[in-house]
Amino acid sequence: MSTQSMTNQDAHAHGHEHDDHEHHDPVATKVFGFWIYIMSDCVLFASIFATYAVLGTNYAGGPTSHELFELPFVLVETFVLLASSFMIGLATLAMNKGNKQGTMLWLALTLVLGAVFVGLEIYEFHHFISEGAGPQRSAFLSSFFTLVGTHGLHVTSGVIWAIILLIQIATKGLNDMNRSRLMCLSLFWHFLHIIWICVFTIVYLMGVI
Amino acid sequence: MFGKLSIEAVPYHEPIVMVVLAVAAVMGLAVVAAITYFKKWGYLWKEWITSVDHKRLGVMYIIVAIIMLIRGFSDAIMMRSQQAIASGGAQGYLPPEHYDQIFTAHGVIMIFFMAMPFMVGLMNIAVPLQIGARDVAFPFLNSLSFWLTVAGVILVNVSLGVGEFAATGWLAYPPLSDIQYSPGVGVDYWIWSLQISGIGTLLTGVNFFVTILKMRAPGMTLMKMPMFTWTALCTNVLIITAFPILTVTIALLTLDRYIGTHFFTNDMGGNQMMYVNLIWAWGHPEVYILVLPAFGIFAEVVATYCKKRLFGYTSMVYATVAITVLSFIVWLHHFFTMGAGANVNSFFGIATMIIAIPTGVKIFNWLFTMYEGRVQFTVPMAWTLGFLITFTIGGMTGVLLAVPGADYVLHNSLFLIAHFHNVIIGGVVFGYLAGFTYWFPKVFGFKLDEKLGKASAWCWIVGFFTAFMPLYALGFMGMTRRLNSYDNPDWHFPLIVAAIGAAIIACGIACQLLQLFVSIKNRHQNIDETGDPWGGRTLEWSIPSPAPFYNFAHTPVVEERDAFWDMKEKGISEQKPAEYQDIHMPKNTSAGFFIGIIASVFGFALIWHIWWLAIVSAIGIFVTMVLRTFNDDIDYYVPAAEVERIESQRYQKLSNQA
Amino acid sequence: MRKWNYPDILKRMSLLATVAFVLSGCTGSSLLDPKGPIGAEQKYLIMTSFFLMLIVVIPVIIMTLLFAWRYNYIKNAKYSPNWSHSNKIEVVVWAIPLAIVLILGILTWRSTHALDPHRVPESDREPIVVQVMAMDWKWLFIYPEQGIASVNELAFPVDTPIEFRVTSNSVMNSFFIPQLGSQIYAMAGMENTVHLLASEEGTYHGMSANYSGHGFSGMHFQALATSDEGFQQWVDSVRQSSETLQQDSFNELAEPSRNNPVEYFSSVTPGLYTDIVNSYITSGDSSHHGAEE
Repeated sequence: MSTQSMTNQDAHAHGHEHDDHEHHDPVATKVFGFWIYIMSDCVLFASIFATYAVLGTNYAGGPTSHELFELPFVLVETFVLLASSFMIGLATLAMNKGNKQGTMLWLALTLVLGAVFVGLEIYEFHHFISEGAGPQRSAFLSSFFTLVGTHGLHVTSGVIWAIILLIQIATKGLNDMNRSRLMCLSLFWHFLHIIWICVFTIVYLMGVI
Repeated sequence: MFGKLSIEAVPYHEPIVMVVLAVAAVMGLAVVAAITYFKKWGYLWKEWITSVDHKRLGVMYIIVAIIMLIRGFSDAIMMRSQQAIASGGAQGYLPPEHYDQIFTAHGVIMIFFMAMPFMVGLMNIAVPLQIGARDVAFPFLNSLSFWLTVAGVILVNVSLGVGEFAATGWLAYPPLSDIQYSPGVGVDYWIWSLQISGIGTLLTGVNFFVTILKMRAPGMTLMKMPMFTWTALCTNVLIITAFPILTVTIALLTLDRYIGTHFFTNDMGGNQMMYVNLIWAWGHPEVYILVLPAFGIFAEVVATYCKKRLFGYTSMVYATVAITVLSFIVWLHHFFTMGAGANVNSFFGIATMIIAIPTGVKIFNWLFTMYEGRVQFTVPMAWTLGFLITFTIGGMTGVLLAVPGADYVLHNSLFLIAHFHNVIIGGVVFGYLAGFTYWFPKVFGFKLDEKLGKASAWCWIVGFFTAFMPLYALGFMGMTRRLNSYDNPDWHFPLIVAAIGAAIIACGIACQLLQLFVSIKNRHQNIDETGDPWGGRTLEWSIPSPAPFYNFAHTPVVEERDAFWDMKEKGISEQKPAEYQDIHMPKNTSAGFFIGIIASVFGFALIWHIWWLAIVSAIGIFVTMVLRTFNDDIDYYVPAAEVERIESQRYQKLSNQA
Repeated sequence: MRKWNYPDILKRMSLLATVAFVLSGCTGSSLLDPKGPIGAEQKYLIMTSFFLMLIVVIPVIIMTLLFAWRYNYIKNAKYSPNWSHSNKIEVVVWAIPLAIVLILGILTWRSTHALDPHRVPESDREPIVVQVMAMDWKWLFIYPEQGIASVNELAFPVDTPIEFRVTSNSVMNSFFIPQLGSQIYAMAGMENTVHLLASEEGTYHGMSANYSGHGFSGMHFQALATSDEGFQQWVDSVRQSSETLQQDSFNELAEPSRNNPVEYFSSVTPGLYTDIVNSYITSGDSSHHGAEE
């Protein structure tokens, strides 16, 4: 995601104050572009939610949501993700203060919590499949695994992204490039948290009520 | 080791396919030999393949589009000739197994790999120049989008010689496209070529949306943007909102086929109607993704060649935005016959008709731009006049199909085929070809041959009517689409006429290619010294032709709607700036090319279930991406002296002319 | 630049096209030669909408040619390079399409309700039920009231509403008899209905209107609209058949076949059709009935 060309202003700052390209702030453009990407990701999730809404009760004689879902477990997952969202918030704050060590610490905690969340999800999936409730069992389970799994894949890619960003901050410091990357990652992370709230409400909560 | 792939996958027993492959191989070898002989590999690599210049990418997109136009049109000729033969018990020369792949490939290629690349190519060439920008917002992403599109193109063409293509119709409705009814690799080729190129398109959408909103020259407010830029903006909004739906729909079908889920299967709670809803929730906006930029081109062309301001600019903008919004609430009109209730069907029918209002307004605005103007009958204008007449008829039949009661008998008939070819050829293709001729000198520095251009327009217009009016009639005669053979003798004659029409269109395409050839050969006679060959109105004509790689030596300042026309009126268009400044530019990169190529290997591996290769190539894509992010050496400055040297050449030419 | 005779020829061409279009409507082709009230109403609907839209289409074509000819740059006609706005024209160009769409909208609302495939056509006779099943690649027609079935041949008495209950045993198809009117999708695990009525005796062409695979082109049938006696005779001749339709012979029939000949079944296991529809639904709680309602 963070691969777009952009001005490396540190390297070229002197002598180009009057560069007439200046009215296009590259960091702002990049973050704006990422916003737009998130909007399209929103549509992606909306389509999968719509699919779940249509197929969510087609149990085809298989296990139902009431039988499968365990709210306390999902609540733990939710709090782990919530905590990680908080951590990346702290990372951004540290970045704004120019605190490289702090940024890296909070970012590392974010990714650890993200990894824990993914681990919990894999455990849940494994549990369901071993009980014979795999994605092939019914349309309900197909859409359940796809919706939750797509979110999980997003979190996984966020974790990998965070690892790469850690290396980049460690080697190159908090330059403009890395700042904008962290801003994008933080946007992405909060977005995933919002999506998870929707998953929690629509899939799990409404599934057991 | 090789998954499902074996030597049996090559259709060596099918002479038609083998001849096509042989010809393609000979042509490919000739191109490779020529490049080697003229020692152009280095040039090709440095100046084109690794280029992040939006104009070069635009040119490459259009080259892909033209190649695929020829491929897709060959399919059309085969279908028309098959139907002209296979009457009254005759089976024709194409068995259903082959014919069904041909009509599927025709639709897929024409929409995804002809129209889309053509549209994106024109957008690449014109949008940054029209808004006074040096490049798009994310130049590397732009190159990546292109190479992902190429990956899709490669997969579609590989399916010709290795395995088969889908035989499901271009939208691959399940359950026919499910593994139970289509066990071969055809649908998998369809899936991966669309999925990979679709991601490229989505990135293009984000890129150009940001470019238009963030990179405009100072003074160019939204309501001062050229009309083509406006339509491009709306198209990109549609891409951003519609393409994720396609991604999801194809992904769910993929899961059904690869791991046995039950989204669209007949049994276990699957729901095929959901697929149809989802695919059209993307598919209807897709139609407007294609046609809106064409509308924009017509607006530019009419204003330029009538030497007059565009009539009703504000109306036109609101009409475009209205179409953008409305295009999302009409998808159900593609399947009125699914059994929905009368209220639902009426709602979607009426919503569809409402789109005719802003579209009608646009047509009238173009007409009133001609009114009291100075109409020059150039090639783009010929396409525009052809469009106005053809598209109006297509719009009318479209509204007719939007009446559910009428659609109950016209659905899936040849009337429908005639209708959408009427709007896609008459609107989209004519528009893109007009844009191609219009912006050609800006990119290459010389104009295209007028005579051959007009000949091409004539062949297309006459050919279109000859080929598709009989199809309208056949729709009324109760002929459905996708028939391989038929025994109703009444259908035979109109189908022969339609085949003749296809042959006339073939002449149009031949004229187009000949025009390119002749124009390149005689380029010195048609050189555009001024950079403003048509007396243009918008910023792209304020810079030299061919446009320098940095586009604008100085970012222009915009005061009025037709910015360049305004400068010319004020007499400041040829003012030489007092001094030049260093220009900041992105460096070329091979990352996009490598990701695209590895993505096509990735797709191929998944199609043939070669899992190890899929994993290796996925890692390859990932590593290339990561390496790219670790590369800080991505930009450079063009020194002011160099800019001055390039720019003064142009002023020299201008003063020579005067 | 050489003077162009472009508009002239274009005009002629579009005239030709229009003539061809209208002519095609007068040569006894099927949609325009309906044999029942539904088809007739649809023909009327198509014609009405068509002529309504010509109110815009013809002036647009004329204006295109006229403006292109009148304001040809060699003509030195009136030239107003900066004229780009007129409230009067704007009002007209928005109002005319709006008015036409308004009329068409009302027409659409009414006709869609009148032509709703679920609606039983008015008649003083009781509807006959035919269960229709799309198979790879043939049509199976089951007459539950008569206890018979046929493949690729359909018969019914004229002036009697026929209630077709349409499903599929494989992929999506569309059940369509053009001269009688509306088509409807056939989808597995679902039952769609369409009501048709023939008012004239005759043999009408029926087909699948939705591509369904390699045997699709051969997936057509004859619909025999007969007198009451004719229908009874047809039923009797089907009853003469030695073939019967139960699960075994159904499974045999379900094997893909192309250009399947007409087949008769003298008896049908009661409930076979419903069993097939339900076989795709392994649980009662899924919402499979009809579409989109």
